[in-house]
Amino acid sequence: MQKIEAVIQPSKLDAVKDALLEAGIEGMTILEARGHGRQKGHTEFYRGREYTVDLLPKIKIEMVVRDEMAEKAIQAILSSARTGKIGDGKIFISKIDDAIRIRNDERGPSAL
Amino acid sequence: MRLRRLSLPVYLAAAACTLCCAPHAVAQTAAAPAISAGDNAWMLTSAALVLFMTGPGLALFYGGLVRRKNVLATMMQSFAMMCIVTVIWALFTYSLAFSQGKSFIGGFHYAFLHNVGLAPDPDYAATIPAQTYMIYQLMFAIITPALICGAFAERMKFSAMCLFLTLWSIVVYSPMAHMVWGKGGLLNAALGGKFPCLDFAGGTVVHITSGTSALVCALYMGKRVGYPREPSPPHSVVLSFIGACMLWVGWFGFNAGSAVAANGLATSAFVNTHFATAAAAMSWSLAEWIRNGKPSALGAISGAVAGLVAITPASGFVQPMSALIIGAIAGVFCYLMVTVVKKAFGYDDSLDAFGVHGAGGTIGAILTGIFASSAINPIFGPGKGTGAVDGNWGQVGNQFIGVLIAWALSIIGTLVLLKLVDLLVGLRVTREQEIEGLDITQHGEEGYDFGS
Repeated sequence: MQKIEAVIQPSKLDAVKDALLEAGIEGMTILEARGHGRQKGHTEFYRGREYTVDLLPKIKIEMVVRDEMAEKAIQAILSSARTGKIGDGKIFISKIDDAIRIRNDERGPSAL
Repeated sequence: MRLRRLSLPVYLAAAACTLCCAPHAVAQTAAAPAISAGDNAWMLTSAALVLFMTGPGLALFYGGLVRRKNVLATMMQSFAMMCIVTVIWALFTYSLAFSQGKSFIGGFHYAFLHNVGLAPDPDYAATIPAQTYMIYQLMFAIITPALICGAFAERMKFSAMCLFLTLWSIVVYSPMAHMVWGKGGLLNAALGGKFPCLDFAGGTVVHITSGTSALVCALYMGKRVGYPREPSPPHSVVLSFIGACMLWVGWFGFNAGSAVAANGLATSAFVNTHFATAAAAMSWSLAEWIRNGKPSALGAISGAVAGLVAITPASGFVQPMSALIIGAIAGVFCYLMVTVVKKAFGYDDSLDAFGVHGAGGTIGAILTGIFASSAINPIFGPGKGTGAVDGNWGQVGNQFIGVLIAWALSIIGTLVLLKLVDLLVGLRVTREQEIEGLDITQHGEEGYDFGS
C-alpha cells in the first residue's frame, strides 16, 4: 500500500477530485494548508502598512492506495492539477505499513 | 449648545404662556412649553441611532481590525461602556455635565435624575421631555470612552479598562461636555459662554477628547508585543466594513439629532454629514490610490469615518458645499496622520483612534470656525456673523481655545488616571497573555469555533 500526498492549487481541487474518482480512487482526505515552494507571495496594505504574505493557500490531498493503483492515481493528479506555472505543487509517495477499517476491524489492502 | 436659535419663537411663546398662566399655575408642568411629537420622535430615534453606533457599529469596526484572538475582548470593551456609562450617567454624571454649577463642571442638582422628568428643560430643548435630552446625551457619553479603546487594543486588562474609562467619563468627559454644552459652560456658544466654541455635535467633546486621550494611552502603555516588526493585519475587514457603514448611518442621529428638533437645522446637519463623509472617503481613497497604487476597502471606510468626525462640530453650521470641502480635507489629512505621521513617530495607536478621531476632530474644529455661516445658524444673534466666512475671524481663535482646553484636559486627566489605575490594578496584561490572546485570557472565550 502506498500513501500519496499531493499539494495542489486550491482552484484545482474539483478537477483533481473528479479525475481521481474516474481513475477508481474513492477514499481521500482533503486538508486546507498554507505554504510555498519557489512561488513568491504578494504584498497587502492595511492603513498604509505593508504586509508580505508568503504563506499562500494550498490544498493537500492525502490518499492510501493499493500498489497497483498508485501510478493510475499519480497520473490522474498530474493531468488535472498541472497548469505549467510555478506553484502547481508536488506529489510525495511513501510506503504504508498497514491500513485498518474502523467499522469492522478489516486489515490490509482490502481495508482501502 | 443645541437648538436655541430656531426654537426661539417657540421658546418665547412658551415663556409668554408661562407668564400669563403664572398666577394660576399649580404645577410647573401644567404651563410648560408644549412637547412636539415630531421633535420627540426624532430625538428618541436619534438616541437609538447613536447607541447603534457603539453597539454594534464601533464594536464591529474595531473588532474586525484586531487579530482573531482578540475579537471578543475588543467588542466587550464597547459593550462594557454601554452598560457602565449608562449607570453612572443615571446616578450622577448627567448632573455633572448638564446641571448648573461652575463654568467647568456642573453640580449635583440632577443627581439620580432629580429634576429631570418628562417636562422639557427650556435651556436645552423646549419641545422634548428633559429625559429625552438626557438619554440622547447619554449615547454620546457612551461612545466617547469606547473610542479610546482603539488606542490600547489587544493589550489592556479588562478590569483596568473598566476602571480607567469609568473614571475618565467622570473626570474628563463630564467637564468637557459641561463646558461646551452645559448651562454656564465656559465654551458654550449657545448659552453665553465666555469663549464660545462652535461644536454642534461633539467634535471637541467627543472626538478631540477621546482621540487625544487615546494618544496618551498608546504612549503610556507602550507598543504591542512584536510591533512593528510582526504584522498584525485585521482579521476581518468584512466586519469592519459592516461596522463603518453602521457608523455612517448612525451618525445621522449623532449630528442631525444635535439640532434637538425635527426642523431645518436637522436637515442641514443631515445633509452636511452625508456630503462630508462621501467626500472624505473619496479623498482618502484617492490619496491611497496615488501612493500605493490601489484603493483599499479599509482605506475607503477609514476615510468615511474621518469625514464623519471632521463634520461633527460643523454639521449644523456650514453650507453643504463647505461640507464637501471639509470632508475632502479631512480625508487626506487623516490619511497622512495615519500613514506618514504615525510611522514617523512610531507610536502604537492600534486602531488609529488618535489619527482619525483626535486629528479629525481637531481639524474639524478649526474648519468649523472658518466655514460656519449665519445663513445656516445665526447662533450669536440676528445680524451677527458666525464664522470666518461671515467675517467673524475671531471665531477661529475661539475654536483654538476650545481645542486647547480639550487637549489639555484630556492629556492631564488621562495621564493622572492611567497612573492611578496602573498602581491599583495594573494596566497591561502579561506578555504571555498578550500572545495567547485576550479572548481566552480575559474572558475565557473564543470568538469563532470552526470545529463545532
